[in-house]
Amino acid sequence: MARDDKPEAEGRVFKIVGTRPIRPDGIDKVTGRARFGADMSAPGMLVGLVLRSPHAHARIRGIGTARAEALTGVKAVITRADFALDSGDIDDDDLRDILHNVMAHDKALYDGHAVAAVAAVSAPVARRALALIEVDYEVLPHVIDVDEAMKPDAPVLHQGRSDETVPAGMSANVMHRFEFGHGDVEAGFAEADVVIERSFRTAATHQGYIEPHACLASMGPDGQADLWCCTQGHYMVRNTCAGLLGLDASQLKVTASEIGGGFGGKTTVFLEPVALALARKSGRPVKMVMSRDEVLRASGPTSSTSIDVKIGMKRDGAITAGWAELRYQGGAFPGSPVQFGAMSCFAAYDLKNVQAIGWDVVANRPKQAAYRAPGAPMGAYAVESVVDELCEKLGLDRLEVRLKNASRDGTKAAYGPRFGRIGLTATLEAAKAHPHYTAPLGPNQGRGVACGFWFNFGGDTCVTLNVNADGTVGLSEGNPDIGGSRAAMTMMAAEELGIPYERVRTTIADTSALGQNEVTDGSRVTFAVGLATIKAARAAITVMCARAAKIWGIDEDAVVWEDGHAKPAGPNAGQFPPMSLAEIAALYANTGGPIAGHHEVTAEGAGVSFATHLVDAEVDPETGAVTILRYTVFQDAGKAVHPAYVEGQFQGGAVQGIGWALNEEYIYGADGRLQNPGFLDYRIPVASDLPMIDTVIIEVANPGHPYGVRGVGETSIVPPLAAVANAVSAAAGVRLTQLPMSPPKVLAAIDAARG
Amino acid sequence: MTQIHVSTTINGDAVEFLCEAQETLLDVLRDRLGLTGAKEGCGTGDCGACSVTLDKRLVCSCLVLGAEVEGREITTIEGMADGEILHPLQQKFLEHAALQCGICTPGILVAAKALLEKNPDPTETETRYWLAGNLCRCTGYDKIIRAVMDAAEQMRGA
Repeated sequence: MARDDKPEAEGRVFKIVGTRPIRPDGIDKVTGRARFGADMSAPGMLVGLVLRSPHAHARIRGIGTARAEALTGVKAVITRADFALDSGDIDDDDLRDILHNVMAHDKALYDGHAVAAVAAVSAPVARRALALIEVDYEVLPHVIDVDEAMKPDAPVLHQGRSDETVPAGMSANVMHRFEFGHGDVEAGFAEADVVIERSFRTAATHQGYIEPHACLASMGPDGQADLWCCTQGHYMVRNTCAGLLGLDASQLKVTASEIGGGFGGKTTVFLEPVALALARKSGRPVKMVMSRDEVLRASGPTSSTSIDVKIGMKRDGAITAGWAELRYQGGAFPGSPVQFGAMSCFAAYDLKNVQAIGWDVVANRPKQAAYRAPGAPMGAYAVESVVDELCEKLGLDRLEVRLKNASRDGTKAAYGPRFGRIGLTATLEAAKAHPHYTAPLGPNQGRGVACGFWFNFGGDTCVTLNVNADGTVGLSEGNPDIGGSRAAMTMMAAEELGIPYERVRTTIADTSALGQNEVTDGSRVTFAVGLATIKAARAAITVMCARAAKIWGIDEDAVVWEDGHAKPAGPNAGQFPPMSLAEIAALYANTGGPIAGHHEVTAEGAGVSFATHLVDAEVDPETGAVTILRYTVFQDAGKAVHPAYVEGQFQGGAVQGIGWALNEEYIYGADGRLQNPGFLDYRIPVASDLPMIDTVIIEVANPGHPYGVRGVGETSIVPPLAAVANAVSAAAGVRLTQLPMSPPKVLAAIDAARG
Repeated sequence: MTQIHVSTTINGDAVEFLCEAQETLLDVLRDRLGLTGAKEGCGTGDCGACSVTLDKRLVCSCLVLGAEVEGREITTIEGMADGEILHPLQQKFLEHAALQCGICTPGILVAAKALLEKNPDPTETETRYWLAGNLCRCTGYDKIIRAVMDAAEQMRGA
């Protein structure tokens, strides 16, 4: 869609969209009735547990299962040999890597890598059985750090996986090189009055969802299988598990439970294929639930990174060139989000000369999983830190410099395309006008500013809307509701149909009920499922108008839909009293049968999203401890369907970013084992760490959505790493270049600056 | 393996169960009694998702053994509403959109109720410190704190 196209939503007055009704799943969730992944059970159910490698890197010479199998109460023991498909049978590299990750093949590649699993009549029996499995390991040298992993003499995880983009002579751990940009960066640096180059490092962090992975699988000898699980995408689970176990997709029905957080970490499979394999072997339903230790050692996390950034600026604040080199380790398999990091790190700037290079690297850590705007926060952290330092050096206002260089409608993005309608400058102007920006600061306090960007996504989406005889509506969609999306869908259906919110009930259908639905990722659900919901409602409206036309004996084209009623289009169409949805629905049997609308689409036009964050921090010069004093998020939502849940996304992303900036960190020992696999030592922000998180919703309508909606879930985690780092650097009087900014690191930086 | 017989009171009802010595109260609630409102987020007392009260004291049920609750009184999230009537905290959580995924919500509601029974007029700081043992990864706590303070105000006025 051309960027100057007028959005359909412009000028539309909404009745329901933009209000704050109580979410339809709310009462179940405040009373304990909502059923999450671990809350389901089945008659005759067994308990499944996984045996995990204690080594960061080891060849598996053999696995002895006989003693475990002989234990009373053990009903199945599986290893990699029990998966129907040998890895050689899988053409798809990604699927083969998922299988290798779900159950180790010839090597254990990280501490926590699954090597075998048991199903037994109880958890204690299953635990005893795990202890009886004998794995013969040959321990190999390992590598944890991304820069170490890139050295030519580093221990190698996989031979022959590097592709043609990787220059000869590099370590076999380097999988791929990405490059984005345009112009001539060297010429740009020559034009600059000041050039700053810095190196940054960020630690791996975990999505930290409070609900561990859990599932319940059953399978009959005929290959018909049922799976209940907490996931961000049950269609993905079906397709992946069918591929790994050699099942027909039609024979595997997956039902998504309520999901206790995901943030990208539940966009792949871990336990699900294992539970199915155990159910197949034992002939009994098998329930599996990860412990928190397993969640941290073997699911998620995101990449740790090492990033160099160089930016040139004129005295007046004009950026002449930007260059970045990003190195992300993605755990034991290819596919770190460095591509997104390299694409997005300069997105907030309209640059003539820009180059971003990304290196995808493997290391002996768990396979990374998507984490909210995967790859973007680290790149933005590095770039926004250097922009901040340039402003400081040149004595320029941080928001003015960002406004001067900001991407606008039509800007050619560093990653290639031209932006359509975007709201970056609106977020910057709102920040500039907000009292937070000019509020006084005390001693040891600093203020940080940073911008963030996320692409947003559409993808495969199917929605069916059924009009019931009593005038109520059932909406079926295929995306797990991770933060209130059922409320948003219910609102959009009610808005379009012109009926009260309470008349619509939205259900997350199982995989047998609808066509393919992309996982709940890319901030896509309110955009794409919302779009399909509106289109499905319009399809039902077309049917209802036709029914009214039939009743009135006029042409279908002569009927319009307004305020929940079919009406003659004008005086020429005839004089008939409007018929409500309920009146039309009640007559369905005599007018042509059941009434429904559906829409299937690969949604495009998601519309990118920008945010600007402001944060005040105080540093204790004696301890290096940081207190977040005040935080304000300014983000473009396109159109906020349910503003309370939009604010919630802004707040939640900001706080995850604060945790990333200040506390959270995967800590490995010299033996390559994770030393902090629990919530005591892997410390996510708690209520007493934080102030209120203020929010300002900006609405620059997205032309790609009937109501102007943009995804909002991910952008909110992109600016905070940099915003907090800029605030802490200002407060401490020294530039901090490593995350997390834990007290010892801040104190060391202060001490070093004091000399 | 000999199981232990336990008689206790849960949400006002007399309950008897058998459990193994190593089973936690959380295991018993969830796996033996079908009370799955309390969640296991960590199993080590760090996340608060399994919060219940034991003789009116707020505890992590993952840190209590099932065998320990003989003769004691337990309340769980399932006992919070009075039939169809939600507790003011539950109602305020809905009104303030104080939950996103909802997995931490039962534990936070139980903990917040225990706070307001001790301190009907907590400051924001007191509320934040009381709830510091209940992790929420979705909300950033803002709307949770507002909902608890608003419920406290309503309950004081009642």
